[in-house]
Amino acid sequence: MILTELPSRTPAIVDTVEDHGPQDSIARRLRELGFVNGEEVELVAKGPLGAEPLLVQVGFTRFALRRSEAARIRLRNGASE
Amino acid sequence: MSAADASTLRLALVGNPNCGKTALFNQLTGSRQKVANYAGVTVERKEGRLHSAASGRQYAVLDLPGAYSLHAASLDEAVTRDVCRGFYPGETAPDVLVCVVDATNLRLHLRFALEVRELGKPMILAVNMMDAAQRRGIVIDLAALERELGVPVVETVAVKHNGARALIEQIDRTAAHPHAPTARLAEGADLHAETRRLLSLAVSMPTRTAKVDDALDRWLLHPVFGLLALAVVMFLIFQAVYAWATPLMDLIEAGTGALGEWAGGVLPEGPLNSLLVEGIIAGLGGVIVFLPQILILFAFILALEESGYLPRAAFLLDRMMASAGLSGRSFIPLLSSFACAIPGIMATRSIQDPRDRLATILVAPLMTCSARLPVYALLIGAFIPQKTVWGIFNQQGLVLFGLYAAGILSALIVSWVMKKWRRDKSEHALLLELPSYRIPHPRDLLIGLWERAMIFLKRVGGIILALTILLWFLLNFPAPPPDAVGPALDYSFAGRIGHAMAVFFSPLGFNWQICIALIPGLAAREVAVSSLATIYALSAADDDAAIQALTPVISDGWSLATALSLLVWFIYAPMCISTLATIKRETGSWKQMGFATFYLFALAYLASLVTYQVASALGAG
Repeated sequence: MILTELPSRTPAIVDTVEDHGPQDSIARRLRELGFVNGEEVELVAKGPLGAEPLLVQVGFTRFALRRSEAARIRLRNGASE
Repeated sequence: MSAADASTLRLALVGNPNCGKTALFNQLTGSRQKVANYAGVTVERKEGRLHSAASGRQYAVLDLPGAYSLHAASLDEAVTRDVCRGFYPGETAPDVLVCVVDATNLRLHLRFALEVRELGKPMILAVNMMDAAQRRGIVIDLAALERELGVPVVETVAVKHNGARALIEQIDRTAAHPHAPTARLAEGADLHAETRRLLSLAVSMPTRTAKVDDALDRWLLHPVFGLLALAVVMFLIFQAVYAWATPLMDLIEAGTGALGEWAGGVLPEGPLNSLLVEGIIAGLGGVIVFLPQILILFAFILALEESGYLPRAAFLLDRMMASAGLSGRSFIPLLSSFACAIPGIMATRSIQDPRDRLATILVAPLMTCSARLPVYALLIGAFIPQKTVWGIFNQQGLVLFGLYAAGILSALIVSWVMKKWRRDKSEHALLLELPSYRIPHPRDLLIGLWERAMIFLKRVGGIILALTILLWFLLNFPAPPPDAVGPALDYSFAGRIGHAMAVFFSPLGFNWQICIALIPGLAAREVAVSSLATIYALSAADDDAAIQALTPVISDGWSLATALSLLVWFIYAPMCISTLATIKRETGSWKQMGFATFYLFALAYLASLVTYQVASALGAG
């Protein structure tokens, strides 16, 4: 499952962040911000238009991510552990 | 290190955005700060002096831009990286790095601290916002953290009096015996794994988020209530800017008026009297009068920024702005541009995507800056009748609102067209942190406001003063021949320039007096009003009457079509050299500056032409 498919306020665990293309600086930054294997994430809110952007809790921090950014984040199967 | 500052140890504050670094910097250095730019780029460089009462030592403290990683993704981060490593040209390498982390956000911030530690420089870890952490029941074993990290660890509360005492004591100790970190990561080790290990050893955290944040976000990010709240906040700001500033502005106006009268009475009649009273005092007074509005707007922007609300506004508006070719991050710079496009354009540095940043820079001049307000106020006061429409609205207020709305709408259209033009299908990143809500600290707001006021006043004392004097000269020289008929102004340089320009601008309904006023408006739009006053004062038979009351002079002399055309001109007019210079500096490109100048000028000319011709055809000519 990818992060954009996760229902709101359902904790899940990050599996990996996939590169979209070579030298994907967005993917690298996502990893630096804490989207790495084993980290708990949760969808907290969605923007008012077209449910964009997404507000994602990772670690102790909240980030606004556009759907295309969130689509790089693959979650472990079985949602929460 | 040069011999001169060999005795002064150099500290640099580094940390993630939102770690409270600037508040800590303010706490350490107080008002002993110097704000400038790094050589060659426009990243703000803040340096201050710290005097340790305990040791009597002096330190130079540098507040580096916030960074998530030393793998720089923006100009700000690149500066931080290079200064930390001592590679930045013209910048002395810091002796000690003070890495600031937010005690409530250690998962993110400790990873960066580890990255900084790998630089191998003497370092102190300041665990900031310990008060907020305690309130949330977060327990941090600083001793364990210090042992595992191999660097001194102290706790700080940047917003509390004496909240940096432990840090200053540690700085004194490190200054006496500087040494590199005693621990390092093994080759190829993962920063995230190490961060987790540190957290599990030293930190106990009852909940991942603050209850207050959860509750506020539930409402403030709500699709309906959130947008409503944003609209109310914006409305309040504009109300405050116009309502609260009025008494202060009246006071400043009365003050400069009295000063002009006094100077005019004391000095003997002659060129010096005219230069001082009609040129300098009237010209500069007309600009300083906007200081209250600019400060009120900035007070709100700073407070919203400190409180953590601005990124929420960006979150709510991102989708809308993205469809117009901008980004949620553009919101903050564009909001600042309502005060003045210069700080607005400078604020675009926080937009990481270069294309979004460029689009924001190019449309920022379309936001109605406070300098345009006096022009609007003068023209609306003279031409739009004061009456109530639809029962509740003031017609003059509606026109003013319409002018603001026209600016915003034009900005969205222009950025949308630019997006289509580029045919850019590639991805633009948002990746925006929404930090914890905080109550802004008055000291930090005051220091921020002080900086803004100084920037504004320096501008008034520099370029605006110079142009006011130049305009006065152009208006008064050469003197008319003895057998001259008609006003002396016709014979001056300015008069000749005005007549020449009027050929080009007459299709817009601008007479030669307006054309002259457009020239000094290049320096600062607000000068256009004082220029009109000076021009009509010098061309009128009765000087005093004309200075006292520009409104009746223009409402008799100009047609409604001319007034409307001039109003529309000022929505677009690229007539602000400082803005254009800022665009050049921020984009580093003459081409972009040229493009901005051209498109704004073309829009202004076309829109005014249409306005004047249509209004004339409808009988307003």
